[in-house]
Amino acid sequence: MNATFPALRLLVITMIVVLGSVWGLPPAAAQAQQPTPSDDEVNAIASQLYCPVCENVPLDVCATQACAQWRELIRQKLAAGWTPEQIQTYFLEQYGDQVVGAPPPRGLNLLAYLLPPLAFLLGGWLVLRRFTRRQPPLQAIPTVSAEALARFEAELRQRQQTTAPEEDE
Amino acid sequence: MTAPQLPETPLKNPTPRRISWAIPVAFILLIGFLVLLGISLSRTQSGRPDIGDRAPEFTLTTFAGDSIRSTDLVGQVVLLNFWASWCLPCAEEAAALEQVWRDYQPGGQVMFIGVDYVDTEPEARAYLQDYNVTYPNGPDLGTRISRAYRITGVPETYLIDASGIIRGYKLGPFTSVAEIQQFVAGALTP
Repeated sequence: MNATFPALRLLVITMIVVLGSVWGLPPAAAQAQQPTPSDDEVNAIASQLYCPVCENVPLDVCATQACAQWRELIRQKLAAGWTPEQIQTYFLEQYGDQVVGAPPPRGLNLLAYLLPPLAFLLGGWLVLRRFTRRQPPLQAIPTVSAEALARFEAELRQRQQTTAPEEDE
Repeated sequence: MTAPQLPETPLKNPTPRRISWAIPVAFILLIGFLVLLGISLSRTQSGRPDIGDRAPEFTLTTFAGDSIRSTDLVGQVVLLNFWASWCLPCAEEAAALEQVWRDYQPGGQVMFIGVDYVDTEPEARAYLQDYNVTYPNGPDLGTRISRAYRITGVPETYLIDASGIIRGYKLGPFTSVAEIQQFVAGALTP
């Protein structure tokens, strides 16, 4: 029995030391909370996207299974910390240009952005030019000197006199 | 008596009208726009590649990370199946396709390739696992392959012979193993 007391004392001391050391451990490192993105946050991005399966229907109001999966994918990406721009880029790479309402401004798509304003500007310039063009100066009416006019009238009278008797005959 | 000489009135406009450079430029722009519009319309309105046409080339990166180029498959009959995990009719044919693939795989004469159309990867992987699909499958990145084949829905299946010519296509799901075997046989017979 006497031998058991030192052993018991040792056990108690060991337990206290172990408990004390565990008690003193710092808590597990805290991690940033990632709240589940709300439907509104998901739909804000989904409303800018179109599923190729249901043409012309924005993703936020599309009722097919494919669209539901896409919305869930947006939720997962948002929860993972992706920005709306990153998500849109991901969808473009995965599913093509048809998933966005307007074609991305690159390559031949640029023409869709440049041609209409260029044509508008050119047309406006042509119209402006048409209405502001300077008219050519009017031609000066040729003037006849009084002396030349007098000679002309005199000759005219002379011709009338010479032709009048012939007509009478 | 000589008649007085009257100054002649010039008949021509003294400031000749110049042809504006803007008009040819406007015409060039208009013609260029119409040409682009025509090309775009012909692309969107042209139908699917038909039987006897050369199969459009494609490159597919599978879910396993392998890259498959159609040009590397010349010499093999290729069954190209478009599917999606959200497509219920696709699930109807999945098991039958896998069964026929396992019949042909040892011979090496026929290749089955699955193209996953506008799908999400976790669901697509789950679908392949659910139906024990072992032939190569991969996402249709940018919908390039489906646009090249002008598919109208899923499932859709094309059969390409050893020389790269389309020998058949099937819109909708296969209903039996025998139907798939008969479909593939169409490209195996010379």
